Amino acid sequence: MARRKGFRWHIAVFLAPAVLVYTAIMIIPLIGTLNLSLFGKGETGRVFVGLANFATLFGDPRWSAAFWNALANNAWFFLVHMLVQNPVGVMLAALLSSPRLRMAAFYRTAIFVPTILSFVIVGFVWKLILSPIWGIAPNMLDAVGLKSLFAPWLGREGTALTTLALVSVWQFVGIPMMLIYAALLSIPDEVIEAAEMDGVTGWPQFWKIKLPLILPSIGIISVLTFVGNFNAFDLIYVSQGALAGPNFATDLLGTFLYRTFFGFQLQLGDPHMGATIATAMFGIILVGVCIYLFAIQTRLRRYQF
Amino acid sequence: MTRTIRLALLASTFMAGAAAAQDVTLTVESWRNDDLQIWQETIIPAFEAANPGIKINFAPTAPAEYNAVLNSKLDAGSAGDLITCRPFDASLELFNKGQLADLTDLESMANFSDVAKSAWQTDDGSATFCVPMASVIHGFLYNKAAFEELGLEPPKTVDEFYAVLDKIKEDGTYIPMAMGTPDQWEAATMGYQNIGPTYWKGEEGRKALIDGSQKLTDEGWVEPFRQLAKWKDYLGDGFEAQTYPDSQNLFTLGRAAIYPAGSWEIGVFEPQIAGAFEMGAFAPPIVAEGDTCYISDHTDIGIGLNAASQNADAARTFLEWVGSDEFASLYANALPGFFSLNSNPVEMENAVAQEFVSWRENCEPTIRSTYQILSRGTPNLENETWNASANVINGTETPEAAAERLQEGLASWYEPQQN
Repeated sequence: MARRKGFRWHIAVFLAPAVLVYTAIMIIPLIGTLNLSLFGKGETGRVFVGLANFATLFGDPRWSAAFWNALANNAWFFLVHMLVQNPVGVMLAALLSSPRLRMAAFYRTAIFVPTILSFVIVGFVWKLILSPIWGIAPNMLDAVGLKSLFAPWLGREGTALTTLALVSVWQFVGIPMMLIYAALLSIPDEVIEAAEMDGVTGWPQFWKIKLPLILPSIGIISVLTFVGNFNAFDLIYVSQGALAGPNFATDLLGTFLYRTFFGFQLQLGDPHMGATIATAMFGIILVGVCIYLFAIQTRLRRYQF
Repeated sequence: MTRTIRLALLASTFMAGAAAAQDVTLTVESWRNDDLQIWQETIIPAFEAANPGIKINFAPTAPAEYNAVLNSKLDAGSAGDLITCRPFDASLELFNKGQLADLTDLESMANFSDVAKSAWQTDDGSATFCVPMASVIHGFLYNKAAFEELGLEPPKTVDEFYAVLDKIKEDGTYIPMAMGTPDQWEAATMGYQNIGPTYWKGEEGRKALIDGSQKLTDEGWVEPFRQLAKWKDYLGDGFEAQTYPDSQNLFTLGRAAIYPAGSWEIGVFEPQIAGAFEMGAFAPPIVAEGDTCYISDHTDIGIGLNAASQNADAARTFLEWVGSDEFASLYANALPGFFSLNSNPVEMENAVAQEFVSWRENCEPTIRSTYQILSRGTPNLENETWNASANVINGTETPEAAAERLQEGLASWYEPQQN
């Protein structure tokens, strides 16, 4: 009979630093926030109100209108990223991995550089470029005779959010590009050669051989985009301010949370409603990630070389 | 010899240390980081010369962060002795939490009118917790050179106002009016609160709104929005994306002829214009010749005492001095455009600032309609007014619809408006 192994202490010891740090700076604040959303301001300080804050957020016509507006904007923001950023990223990666492309390293770097810039710089620079007064966008359009196409995009309700989403795409397109590029490089040469032997080259080769092999990477990128977009705040705050104008057309869940939690101008901050919104955001992201993990990722076929 | 010097040095160090130990240093919390130089070079030396033994340390934070930083410092017990007070509810909340001391018994409070003190009093007026420092007045700044070139006179009535704007537009050299809507507060503060008092009759309308006898859908409150809707045609190309600094630059660079302003711009604009043209000011236009004019003379800055201060006596001495004529004169001249709230008139050297303050003689002053009591609930009337004013100028909401929406929002939580 084999001797029962003793408790393997070293595992606990090695895990401890990470677990402790993560608990202290992530898990405890998260639980604190979830907890805070169950309280409200009473006569004598903080009182337990159960789910009343959620009832206000979803039941009160003003709160719910603001919330659904932010959520719808957020969904559109995400959709623009999925439809523009990720396909463009895949396309750029495919071009970069082409052996005939000259100066590939230069393009790779140039496209990736905006990703490492601060939101503040990106927001400010694009605001200047698109400024109807000092911006270079109107002059550049003028130079090609298309001045009539220019409009103060950031100031119109119909175009502001899409414009900002595209600015964000410009900034972050480097990330899907790099991940897909790495995935493309990891496809073994034998597979490609075998395809070529069978006469599959060019675009058919990309669609039939390479794309299925990089699908898991695209899945991961979609999840990262989803989480990033539903937590987005900085770009809107920098370029449109906390009021997310014009007329809340660019209000995302992040800016809605900020305004509620910290207050704005004469509006005093309300930590309880703020925590309620934060909890709702947490729920939305959790559901989104779960859908991906359980419904999509498990069905993706993986290839072993 | 060296030894003697060393001893002397040592002794003097100790003595200086002893002297410093008797000094009380008061720290001033403020959001006016623009004023750092003025405090250090003008205000503090004047006070310290008259009050040996009290040192002042002016420690400002960035305006946008001030409320949050101050609240957390007060909660943590690390805030300075003297607190610069925002008007109305932000400070009232601090007083109710016991973080600002009651200053009703301060002698220099007698130097201020009830309107001046109203921004830092409890609702019933029984306790005052900050010494009023300054107010800002709304009006219009204009480019005198441009007006002369086009043969224009500063307008007095609303009709003249639009006639002037039409002429500037027709000529085409200048943008008639420099204002944008993306920052929203420009539209509300320099627009709605600037021309509005003329229509809602200043204090009369403001108080009627608070006691519930008028509604935001009444004529006096909708008409300013109708006026703002007309402004759209006189703003520069792409005003929907023209930020506050853009508007300021358009005016100071001489590209725009009229700038809807707050008096605080005087001190900012003059160094930027640097003599390129002369700046003038005119009051918000009246509807018909002979009407009473109304101006927004908004109580903006006060200063109070941290209830937890260890140096309350010294701080009170300083606050008495802030309430004095000497401080009023120093402050108003160092910061043209911030007008003393002291009842005794202050001599000012700046011509544009004099023009602004001269309106006090003929016009009825009021404060911004949304600041007292009405912005206590959710939705917040001030913030909603920003949004509504910007929408009306952009043309995405009609004046009537905007007023309707504001009224609904206010009535949803403010009892006197619910009948």
